[in-house]
Amino acid sequence: MSMKTPLKEARGLGAAKSGTEHFWQQRLTALLNIPLLLFWAWFVVTHLGASRIDVKMSLHNPVIAVLLLLTMANVFWHMRLGMQVIIEDYVHGHGNKFAALVLNTIFVTVLFAVAAHSILTLSFAN
Amino acid sequence: MAEPRRVERPLSPHLQIYRPMLSMMMSIAHRITGAALFFGSVLFVGWLFSAAHSESLFDCAQAFFGHWFGRLVLFGFTWALMHHAFGGLRHFLWDTGRGFGLATVEKLVWANLIGSIIFTILLWVLAYGVMP
Repeated sequence: MSMKTPLKEARGLGAAKSGTEHFWQQRLTALLNIPLLLFWAWFVVTHLGASRIDVKMSLHNPVIAVLLLLTMANVFWHMRLGMQVIIEDYVHGHGNKFAALVLNTIFVTVLFAVAAHSILTLSFAN
Repeated sequence: MAEPRRVERPLSPHLQIYRPMLSMMMSIAHRITGAALFFGSVLFVGWLFSAAHSESLFDCAQAFFGHWFGRLVLFGFTWALMHHAFGGLRHFLWDTGRGFGLATVEKLVWANLIGSIIFTILLWVLAYGVMP
């Protein structure tokens, strides 16, 4: 006789395969986007028409470099979650959907890697 | 698992039978602006990369964003960001179970639309004030 409760037996057997992680991560990244994007908007506005030296000097400040890295990480994770929902809604057929979801992950991963590399290069440059 | 054979069946009436309403338009706009921002993020990463990479590439990027067309793209990006951000705040309110009354929804979507336009213009006035 099984000691498991009926709920324990049913868990993980639904079509969704997972619980509310997607929703929670989407809302948490959205919440964090508010302060991070306020910082980001300030950064962009104060660097319009700036010289390359100005950008380097700003990123030498570890607070700015780290905040910018955090902004990129948070925004790209939020972007991936959002695009995943769009793909799941509109791309039909297992193959196409799978390909689109993989491309989505590749897109945000590559962009984040390029952004992180650029931020670190500028931050550590002479 | 074998793919089930697709049979052409009539579809139930969808979006096209509804009279367009602002709440529905703003919901669609939330998704479209999200997708636009997804691809628009390339602009900022490209700018960062050019700054990290070389003087000539950075000059190219600054020239693009200084050109009227680049400015127009940035203006569109700003509005999309504002609209998506305000739309997100609206969703936070809805997450708490509040603001679902028809009159409230109508007010919220108007606030979203007008707020996004006002803040976009404010940010650009600020940007032109800061720019050398």
